[in-house]
Order: sequence, then structure tokens, then C-alpha cells
Amino acid sequence: MKAQTIYKPTEGLTERQLTYCPGCTHGIIHKLIGEVLVEQGLLDTAVGIASVGCSVMSYEFFNCDTQQAAHGRAPAVATGIKRVNPEATVFTYQGDGDLASIGLAEIVHSAHRGENITVIFVNNAIYGMTGGQMAPTTLIGQKTTTSPRGREQAEAGLPLRMSEMLATVPGATYLERVSVHDPKHIRKAKKALQKAFDVQTKKQGFSMIEFISTCPVNWGMTPQDSLNWAVDQMIPYYPLGLFKDATKEEN
Amino acid sequence: MAKVLMKGNEAMALAAIKGGCDAFFGYPITPQNEVPEYLSYHMKEYGRVFVQAESEVAAINMVYGAAGAGARVLTSSSSPGIALKQEGISYMAGSQLPAVIINVMRGGPGLGSIQPSQGDYNQVTRGGGNGDYHVLSFGPETLQETVDLVRQAFDIADYYRNPVMIAVDGLIGQMMEPVDLDNEIPKMDLPPKDWAANGKSGERGKRNTIVSLHLDTQGLEGHNLALKKKYDEMVEKEQRYEMIQTDDADIVIVAYGTVARVVRSVIETLREEGIKVGLLRPITLWPFPEKAFEKLPESAKMLLTVEMSLGQMHQDVRMVNEGKRKLAFYGRAGGIVPEADEIADEVRKLVGGSPA
Ligand SMILES: Cc1ncc(C[n+]2csc(CCOP(=O)(O)OP(=O)(O)O)c2C)c(N)n1
Ligand code: SF4
Ligand SMILES: [Mg+2]
Repeated sequence: MKAQTIYKPTEGLTERQLTYCPGCTHGIIHKLIGEVLVEQGLLDTAVGIASVGCSVMSYEFFNCDTQQAAHGRAPAVATGIKRVNPEATVFTYQGDGDLASIGLAEIVHSAHRGENITVIFVNNAIYGMTGGQMAPTTLIGQKTTTSPRGREQAEAGLPLRMSEMLATVPGATYLERVSVHDPKHIRKAKKALQKAFDVQTKKQGFSMIEFISTCPVNWGMTPQDSLNWAVDQMIPYYPLGLFKDATKEEN
Repeated sequence: MAKVLMKGNEAMALAAIKGGCDAFFGYPITPQNEVPEYLSYHMKEYGRVFVQAESEVAAINMVYGAAGAGARVLTSSSSPGIALKQEGISYMAGSQLPAVIINVMRGGPGLGSIQPSQGDYNQVTRGGGNGDYHVLSFGPETLQETVDLVRQAFDIADYYRNPVMIAVDGLIGQMMEPVDLDNEIPKMDLPPKDWAANGKSGERGKRNTIVSLHLDTQGLEGHNLALKKKYDEMVEKEQRYEMIQTDDADIVIVAYGTVARVVRSVIETLREEGIKVGLLRPITLWPFPEKAFEKLPESAKMLLTVEMSLGQMHQDVRMVNEGKRKLAFYGRAGGIVPEADEIADEVRKLVGGSPA
């Protein structure tokens, strides 16, 4: 029998081995981005901005031009790149500590200005890279290295819902929250990504896809348990779905 | 071309346009507001980019992005704003990105005042960002010199692939002076920016990455040494200074920017009294013009640093002097520009005469 290729890695990613822990969903999200960039013919004109977090090395993984940004500042860096190169496809890849904590001003204001960029927001409810500290997105009761008794509302407030929050920003165009915990949801997530890049290609403005993601290592769970935890604990607080689609409102 | 009468900040903005600035990102702060105000109107006329960022932090990171994409980029700010930009400046130095930063210095620390000051000499020459890096910095004296440097700064930044800062005190930003913005200035031969991450990997046939991260120690040390080589080249080639009546001087005043202007009249007055005084005026603050000190005559037994700070540049003077000559210092702070009389009296005291 002749050997047949039934699966091969996307050309949207380089051949560098990913640096993520086993069971971490960062890798799935990378693959989806790579696939969408290739399928939409955007790889040759793309600039990806790596942020500070476990995905810091993603400038080595996306098979296009890349720039590495300071912690939280990726949307500002993207703004600079896009403004001087409006024909480039510019996207950021940011964790929840990066985007929802230190980089809150930058994400809100790029949405507010309606920057024609795409933001990939990877929400794993924790600071992964630094060893599992509390993030603004950490759930109530969730134990982290800086909320060892579980997050308490009285001290740390309620977890921040970024997609909902940005939906109130008039300048934002497309906002959707997705998950990659099973094949069905992965397919849905890919559709959302396609739409987000489509919005940018059509010069319709700011798009962000929030991914519910896992951190088995810092959550202290097996990969399967962490997928279950994402479904049972995270999704109820961070419901999946479309939060804003101004391309429809325009029609 | 004829000279035009312009306010310092607006002249710097126009000089940036003439220097080929493609994009400006900034945030309002006094006393530099006329820079973004002018550019918000005029950049469009040239088809260039102007963005008012949400903060200095965002502004400098937009600069980092646009510079990484190969554009000639400008930001301007004043002391507290420059403090916020330090992280981004360090990133740019680390990623070897060119950019021009105009710093119209005001009083500090903290919110300080909006009066002219040179209290940021250390911030300008040492930087507040992390790591082994330098920013090529100029401290010009007149508006003409300032605009000439702003126009050249884009070439210099591109040549070294490093941020260049023009540090003026608020007085230069706010005063009006006739300037020529079309005079001949040196031009540099620059290679194409084939390193830029501008979304043209297809056309280029390879992908580019802009990064300051080097996780392996050997790799980072190699990178640090490569940067050091560049800084050494700046120290060798870029020291700029002016020496005024130093040839026969017994005492040499070291001063830059607005203070140097005041010192010029002090020299006239004192020379009439028979006191042989000269001026050594650093134009580059980093690299500090050590070479100028080597050229001082044997007769110059004393150096008097005069600054609008409490002795920041004086530390550099002390360092290059290496104990050779007697040193003295006179400074005003808080946004006060020292008057010619006070400086003259200080010199008279030092040479043993009595104040006039
Ligand atoms: C200015 C600055 N502050 C702090 C850090 C340390 N730091 C590195 S990664 C990180 C948290 C990243 O968490 P997140 O964005 O959620 O990404 P994850 O690792 O979870 O994917 C922090 C605080 C830094 N590199 N720079
Ligand atoms: S620490 Fe967590 S987020 Fe980071 S790679 Fe490992 S599993 Fe993924
Ligand atoms: Mg995280």
C-alpha cells in the first residue's frame, strides 16, 4: 500500500518545537491561527506580536514576521505596526495577565480607537509563566500561589470578563469567546478566528477572540481534568458566544 | 532659505517632518504640547501618521512597533513622561530599533514643575530602563542647533539602529527664535531596512523577527557585546562639543543648553575685567565629550560646572577630569535659570576676586 499523507503540520507555524507543557491548550490555539493565516492567504503579509507570558516565544512559532512586545503592550505595538503598514495583517497573542491586568489600558484603547487589528486572547485564569499567581481572571475560590486560600471577592474582587467589558467600547467591531476543549468547539473556535481575520482584511476594525484555555501545570491537574475544569468552572462564568458584531449592525 | 520666526516646539515638529519622520506617537504633557499639536495638523498634509496615544507607555510601544516595521518614528514628551517611556526605550535599544525622542525637560522630582530644568541629565544619559544600553543624546543650546539635530537625528538613529534623544529644557521649547529649516545638514548613507518586520515576508522570501529576548546566557552576552561595539563606535565618532575662548583660559565653565547661552555673556563681562574664562559646551550628553577635556590648555587650572540641576553633569565632569584640575560647581534648581550676574560672581569668588 502506498503511504498517504493524511495529516501534516500547518505551514502557518515554523518547525520549532512548541515550548508548552503537555496538555496545555496554547498549542491548539497556535495551530488554529497558523491554519487560518494559511487558508486565508494572509501568512505572507502577517505580523504577529508575541506578548509576555508562556507564549513569549511565539515569535519563533508563527511562520510570518513577528515582533516581541513588553508585558501588556502588544496592542500598542500592533497599533504602531498597523498604522505605518495598513496592508499588513497584524495580530497580537496575549495571556490574561498580559491583557486583562498590566495591559488593560492598551487593550481598551486599541478597541476604542477601532484599530484594525486582531487580538488573540488566551484566558487560562492564571499567570502561567511566572508559576501560577492570581490573575484578574482567576475564579472565586480558585487556589493560586498568591491566593493560597482561594480567591476571595472581598480582597481581590470578582474575575474580570474582558469580552463583555470590551463589548461596551463603542469602537470595537468583533468580539467572541470560544473554547478548544473538544473537536466540536475547536471547529467553532476556528470559525471565529476566520471571522476575526476577515474583519481585519475588510478593514472593518478591531476584532478579538477570547479563548478559554487550560494550564494543567499551575492548576495542578491532569490534562483531562483541566479540560473538564475549564468546562465545569470557567465556561459558566465566562460564557461562550458572540459579544459584539458591528459588521452586522452596519448592514 | 530665509529664516522664519518659530516657537521652539513647533520648529522641532517641523524639523522632524523635514527629517523624514513617517509617524508620531505621543501623549500631552507641558512644556512640549506644541509638538503633538503641530504634528496633529501637519502630518496628514504629508500623508504621514499621527496618533495621540492613551499614555506615554502606550506611545513608546507604538513607536517600538512602527520602528520595528521599518518606519522613521518620533515621540516627544517631558520628564515624567520620559520616565514612563524608559521600559520601551530599553526594549528598542535591546531590539536595535531606531527612533527619535524629543524630551523638553521640566522640573522634578515627581510632578515637579513645568518650568525649564536640566534635572533630568541623569535620566537622559543613564536612562531608567533595564539592562546594558545607551541612548545617543543631544543637549543643544539654540533653536537653530536643535532643529538641525532633530533633522539629522533620524539618520543617526537609523545608522546605529538605536534610539536618539534630543534633550532641551523647557525654555528652548517655549521661546521663539528665527530658524532656517532648509539649510544644508549632513546626510548619511543608509542601508535598506531589510530587518524590518513589516508584513512582507512573502515578498522578502524570509520572515523577520524583532526581539530583545535571548534566553541563553552565551547568546545574550554575545548580543550585549555586539551592542557595546555600537556604543563604542558612538563614543568614538559622535562626541560633539564646542569650545569658546578656552585657548588661554585660566578657568573653564562647563555648561550645556540654555545655561551655555547665559555663560556666553558671562565670558564677555569677565574678560573685560581681565578674568580669563572660557566655555566648554557639551552638545552630546551621551556620549559625554571627553575629547574636549583633552584639548583644554595647561593654563586651565579650574573647571566650573554650571547646571540647572544640583550637580548631575558635574559627576561626568568629575569622571573625565580624573583629579587633574580643581573642580567647582554652581547650580540652580526648581525651574530657575541662573542669571549671568550670579554666574559671574561665582567665577570672581573662585579666582579670588571680590563680587562686583
Ligand atoms: C513588566 C513585567 N512585569 C512582570 C513580568 C513577569 N511576567 C512574565 S509572564 C507574566 C504573567 C503572564 O501571565 P499571562 O499573561 O496570563 O500568560 P500565561 O503565561 O498564563 O499564558 C508575568 C507577570 C514581566 N516579564 N514584565
Ligand atoms: S505553565 Fe500553564 S499555560 Fe504555561 S505552558 Fe504550562 S500549562 Fe501552558
Ligand atoms: Mg494566563
